Amino acid sequence: MSATQREPKRSLSPSDHERFERTLLPHLRAAYNLARWLTRTPEDAEDVVQEAYLRALRFFGGFRGGDGKAWLLTIVRHTCYTSRRRGRVTEATVGLDEAMEDVEDDALGPEELLLQRASGAAVAAALQELPVEFREALVLRELEGLSYKEMAEVSQLPIGTVMSRLARGRKRLRRLLQEHARGGPA
Amino acid sequence: MSCDEQTEILLHAYVDGELDVARSLEMERHLSKCERCAADLASHRALRSALADGSLYFEAPPHLEKRMRAELRKAAGVPKAVPLPGWRGLAAAASLAAMAVLAWALVATSRAPSREALLDQEIVAAHVRSLMADHLTDVPSSDQHTVKPWFNGKVDFSPEVRDLSADGYPLVGGRLDYIDGRGAAALVYERRKHAINVFVWPEDDSGAGQGEAVVRGYNVIRWRRPGTSYAAVSDLNMAELRELVRDLQR
Repeated sequence: MSATQREPKRSLSPSDHERFERTLLPHLRAAYNLARWLTRTPEDAEDVVQEAYLRALRFFGGFRGGDGKAWLLTIVRHTCYTSRRRGRVTEATVGLDEAMEDVEDDALGPEELLLQRASGAAVAAALQELPVEFREALVLRELEGLSYKEMAEVSQLPIGTVMSRLARGRKRLRRLLQEHARGGPA
Repeated sequence: MSCDEQTEILLHAYVDGELDVARSLEMERHLSKCERCAADLASHRALRSALADGSLYFEAPPHLEKRMRAELRKAAGVPKAVPLPGWRGLAAAASLAAMAVLAWALVATSRAPSREALLDQEIVAAHVRSLMADHLTDVPSSDQHTVKPWFNGKVDFSPEVRDLSADGYPLVGGRLDYIDGRGAAALVYERRKHAINVFVWPEDDSGAGQGEAVVRGYNVIRWRRPGTSYAAVSDLNMAELRELVRDLQR
């Protein structure tokens, strides 16, 4: 993203600093949640959040207003993927090739009951197992409640790609939950 | 509309409240005819409510905010450390917010705003009040058959009460409130710890119409049925609030 590539600005005035805290610290919860879903350990997530906030501070001059959540999450996501410490982000098993074939979902019957019975832990495990691109889309949408437009901003993708990732991510998640319910991969 | 991949993706957008009215209606027509898409819709909704389980959310450790404030001040070279706002600070912030709402309401009044704008402010003020005073519900219950009778004798109408847990909007309870100059039933729903107030009150002749508004960062949706006015208000994003309203209108 351009904001993180620009030359750092010098420090903010105390009133700007106060505005920074007021605007962005309320989103610490969301920042941590996203970082935690994208990285391996709680410690990695904390490091990412800290690094992201410091980046945000440097580039606050480029912040164009609004509630700041999508802006901050853009930086958090970027930090997760570019963080100096390698191997921090959980594996991305899907390449950028969006054409990768998806499983046929004819086997997916009506599984409302299954989903209603799935425990929080089972859903969390399945979500964790998803390739990181799909996990990211589902976390932004289902846990953070971002609109498609905000998701496109955070993930730096066209809205069409956001929509197809969400659709495919949900399909894969349903399949994983079915497999888990049957006791392991079919 | 045929069930191609495009329809499948549009179905997700429909579930997510991201379709405009025309396309939503088109999708609803399609859903009434296509069993497969209707079944998919039910699965999407079930998956969504499974994901709305609060246990999936990783809460930041309590020390993180303090650490961040310190780090940020160090990085910015701001010397003075401001104490963390504890509960007392939050309460003060909440009353400041309430004063701001009030002040804004007064300013807005002097500009003679529309009836809708006044009503939206009143709705948001009631919402903020319900959160501030730690008095979200008079009758805390997720059972619609407990909440509905509770209103008997407390308001002079019988509000329709529905639990929407299956859609990811569990009912948390009910409360008496005051909207538009008269007693209103407040039904409280929840979505990922965001409280949503749905106010229900009998409509009078001068009733404000349907509409959406953003007031002080809170989203408000008003709608009507013959004889009854409704308003939903929350800090939840507009797309999901619309979804709740759609579910309530079903």
